[in-house]
Amino acid sequence: MSVQELEKIFQVKIDAEIKIEPKDWMPDAYRKTNIRQISQHAHSEIVGMLPEGNWISRAPSLKRKAILLAKVQDEAGHGLYLYSACETLGISREETINDLHSGRAKYSSIFNYPTLTWADIGAIGWLVDGAAIMNQVMLTRTSYGPYARAMVRICKEESFHQRQGFESLLVLSKGTKEQKELCQDAINRWWWPALMMFGPKDTESTNSDQSMKWKIKRKSNDELRQNFVDMIAEQVKILGMKLPDDKLIWNEERRHYDFGEIDWNEFWNVVKGNGPCNKQRLDARKKAWEEGEWVREAATAYAEKRRARSKAA
Amino acid sequence: MNIQIRKLYYGDIPEDKTGGAIVSKDTKSDWPLWEVFIRSKQGLDHKHVGSLHAADAQMAIENARDVYTRRMEGVSIWVVESKHITASNPEEAGELYEPAVDKIYRHPTFYDLPDEVNHM
Repeated sequence: MSVQELEKIFQVKIDAEIKIEPKDWMPDAYRKTNIRQISQHAHSEIVGMLPEGNWISRAPSLKRKAILLAKVQDEAGHGLYLYSACETLGISREETINDLHSGRAKYSSIFNYPTLTWADIGAIGWLVDGAAIMNQVMLTRTSYGPYARAMVRICKEESFHQRQGFESLLVLSKGTKEQKELCQDAINRWWWPALMMFGPKDTESTNSDQSMKWKIKRKSNDELRQNFVDMIAEQVKILGMKLPDDKLIWNEERRHYDFGEIDWNEFWNVVKGNGPCNKQRLDARKKAWEEGEWVREAATAYAEKRRARSKAA
Repeated sequence: MNIQIRKLYYGDIPEDKTGGAIVSKDTKSDWPLWEVFIRSKQGLDHKHVGSLHAADAQMAIENARDVYTRRMEGVSIWVVESKHITASNPEEAGELYEPAVDKIYRHPTFYDLPDEVNHM
């Protein structure tokens, strides 16, 4: 069969909502797009542990510490589900991780912002995980089977992340004057970066879009961003806090909230590596990898020893 | 296939072409891949949940516990090294499964029985 014929069959399957599985024929570009996207998603989960990990030792109570530990452990788990989904496309784990360390592969820019106060941990759960959930719920219906299945698992766990964040801010919002200020300050700093998570505006590109046609993605950046704004604009009222946007207003005609313009210069700057913590994050990952080398080697040596012993017995 | 300039989607930022890949020093510590199967409760089958890397079977089970059962999703874990799994070829799906297609008499609904025959 010619490539053209195979591509036609492939597209018919996609259109009929039949999932693509690892051993099925797929266009090279489909494989590459999925590898890039899934590995980027995995890296984001792993790097995402760093800003939150920063507060584990300084959580205000044992309860909050246990919750934060569980959340960060979940992020590690999510990274692992995604790395294993990525491997089904024929790329090795080591290659994927090398691409992160060399700076070739990206991760979500949101993790290049620092966590300055305890309230940031609540804001990350509510806003950052909230934005991620918008994307991930859509991805539970993505066309590549292993990716979709990993997303189902992740979405089940992600809901806890958003709820604990909101609840943590709710406590601060009912606290002392200082606590209220901390809460508002964290919202001020995380709101715009959270909106940037959805990527450039749809009008930025006029080209026909393959990711949509292949059903890797099912909603556009602006659609997802609007859904997010509509959700958060209501929830912030419960906190008695404000979103830092003067242009935010309900539009009765559109049945959506209107909102202000994102600072796209900042967006591109952080993507290109000039965010507040880009270097720090990558250095931390590389350090962990290099300093863990002896552990990986020791485990291999121990496994060999155990094998030899069981043979002798 | 036409090369198309893609939109930048959430979670899909193009890779830098400039960064060279790091070449790994050695592959000695490369742990094999294991497939993980979990029984969610007594009485149910083990079901495939994903894969992971581990130095040996014992470690694979310990890692599977941490990665796949953080919320009491399982009461029993199987691990098997991925290389030991033989899978059917999707291209041979026709030969493999078509013979069953025209044998509808293997299904109970093929048989029209009078209404008086309840629950058969």
